[in-house]
Amino acid sequence: MLLFLFKRIIILFLTLICLSFTVFSLVTIEPNLKKLALNQANMRMEEDEVQSWLEKNGYKRPLLVQYGEWLGNAVTGDFGYSTHFRKPVNEVIWPKLGHTGILMFWVFLLTIPIALTIGILAGMREGTKTDRTLSIFAIFTTSVPPYVSGILYTIIFSSWLGIFKGVAKAGNITFENFALPVLTIVAYDIGYIARMTRASMVEVMGSQYIRTARLKGMPFMSVVLKHALRNALIAPFTVIMLQFPWLLTGVVIVEKLFNYKGFGFLLVSAADQNDIDVTLACGVVAVVLVLTTQLISDIGYIFLNPRIRFT
Amino acid sequence: MWAALAVTFFVLYQMRKKLGTLGQIFDSRVGLVGLFIVLFWIYAAIFADLIALFEPLEQSGLYRRKPPGTINANVGIPYIFGTDTLGRDLFSRMIYGSQIVLLIAPAATLVAYIVGITLGLPAGYIGGFYDTALSFLANLVLAFPVILLFYLLVAPGIRETILPNIMAGIFFIIPILFALMVVFSRFSQRLSVLVPSSIVILIIGAWLYSGLVFNADPLGLVAIDPNELNIFAAVVFTTSPGVFRIVRGLTLDIRTRDYVAAAVTRGENPLFIMIWEILPNARGPLIVDSCLRIGYVTILLGTLGFFGLGMEPESPDWGSMINQTRSYIRLVPTIVLPPTIALASFVLGLNLLADGLREQSLKD
Repeated sequence: MLLFLFKRIIILFLTLICLSFTVFSLVTIEPNLKKLALNQANMRMEEDEVQSWLEKNGYKRPLLVQYGEWLGNAVTGDFGYSTHFRKPVNEVIWPKLGHTGILMFWVFLLTIPIALTIGILAGMREGTKTDRTLSIFAIFTTSVPPYVSGILYTIIFSSWLGIFKGVAKAGNITFENFALPVLTIVAYDIGYIARMTRASMVEVMGSQYIRTARLKGMPFMSVVLKHALRNALIAPFTVIMLQFPWLLTGVVIVEKLFNYKGFGFLLVSAADQNDIDVTLACGVVAVVLVLTTQLISDIGYIFLNPRIRFT
Repeated sequence: MWAALAVTFFVLYQMRKKLGTLGQIFDSRVGLVGLFIVLFWIYAAIFADLIALFEPLEQSGLYRRKPPGTINANVGIPYIFGTDTLGRDLFSRMIYGSQIVLLIAPAATLVAYIVGITLGLPAGYIGGFYDTALSFLANLVLAFPVILLFYLLVAPGIRETILPNIMAGIFFIIPILFALMVVFSRFSQRLSVLVPSSIVILIIGAWLYSGLVFNADPLGLVAIDPNELNIFAAVVFTTSPGVFRIVRGLTLDIRTRDYVAAAVTRGENPLFIMIWEILPNARGPLIVDSCLRIGYVTILLGTLGFFGLGMEPESPDWGSMINQTRSYIRLVPTIVLPPTIALASFVLGLNLLADGLREQSLKD
């Protein structure tokens, strides 16, 4: 087990290095650097002024040297300086991550119970009308992408009914502000999780031991609660853990739509403004989160299902 | 257009016994609805010139942000869905947008699939170092935040470098290689079939390749805007790892079957086994997944348009339309609806179709 963990952590670091290097080289290619220089100093500089500005700020050194410097800083926790916000990156990135964290917390709180309930109910009675309607509802919600449904909800709730607000402010979390972004993400997510849960539930309900339990005379609800659920919930567990990184990036769309200044918004604006340090830092954080949740879900899967053992 | 739709359905209904899986869709109501929606959009794209009332790019200074149903006094035709902020008819733009979406999304999915299959089959069948290396690469790309990847790959600055051409070059070579491998593995003993078909593949491949990648098509027929090429390559790049994973998983599963063992005993080389034994038996889940994936790619294209990374602002693809019109929701709430509903319905149709296919394939 420890060896497995160790191998995964090594892979994590390898991935981080590869990715950060790729991002770094892409972000510092010539046209992007020119854009950065023009943005920072003076919009109408001549070509040689651009070059000398770049030279002065150390952007003309060999790629590996620049990358090595960033890497050295990053390992000690210093992610550099944001050219867009004019503050050290650490001051910028962690609060925004916290904002997104609050959003995701609420989303998870709502999604998991609702999606699991829908999936279990649908899977319990496969083929019946309940199953059909719930499945179609789930398909509907997964088909409508977040930016579409976000806009639709804004129209319905903000413009017509006037209940919720169309724009969410970061520091000021009220029910009014938050309801629409959360609703959008939740709606998109429950469809997917519900379908996975349903598939898993259907498979479990068709297995031998469930059939034995029912033939034994156990009440249906008892069978479901005591036997089926524990085995059916393994797959949704991994799916839910894997939703985590999706949320991190998918939430970008919603944050942009509702102008919520969280982590995704930061990532997008940093990439847009060619803010090298922030982009790299965001990328690193995102990758770490993704790989960590993958690792947690794999380990959790081993624990929940004794038949799986990684060699 | 409705006539064409009705005729198609009638013909398919008659042929359903012969069409195998496709014909079985008629037994599943859900799949039928999905097929209807998808065909609706396909025909809308084909007959766009007949249906659309105005030109998609034609602007009008007078009729800006008009609600649906306003009549253009000059021409006497009503704007069915209203106009956007530059006076362009929303209905026509929606219809023309379907052309763009229906061209790029399935094409990108197809290329991504071929790339994924070409890489996934050997990874699953041969395994070993090849498998470890490719899986690592695939996980690398999958772990990357998609938006960041697109910002880096599709940013305007990148277009000036050769990077998109290199990527496109790699991605477009793979289908040609794949086709060659298919022909070679089957007909390697029958030179009379092998040689002509290889030559045909090479000629068509080289023609498309030079046209698409280098914009140097000698006949001048095949050309693609460099920006679109960029987007295409980026989409293929992000979709292939997912396909790779699925194909690899399926291959690992099918490898244990008896007919594969029989083929090995017969003395077939691995290439043959991969393409002609494993791949046809994996087509069930793959077809279902491909329908869903076309939907995801469509959404992805829309997301790109939403962030301003998509095609140029003039183009009527649905994502860009949504992005451009969403600022005017307060003024004219319906302005954003046509592309929104178009996109949602198309993806919904694909999802329903995929679900119907999956149900039917399970009943086999």
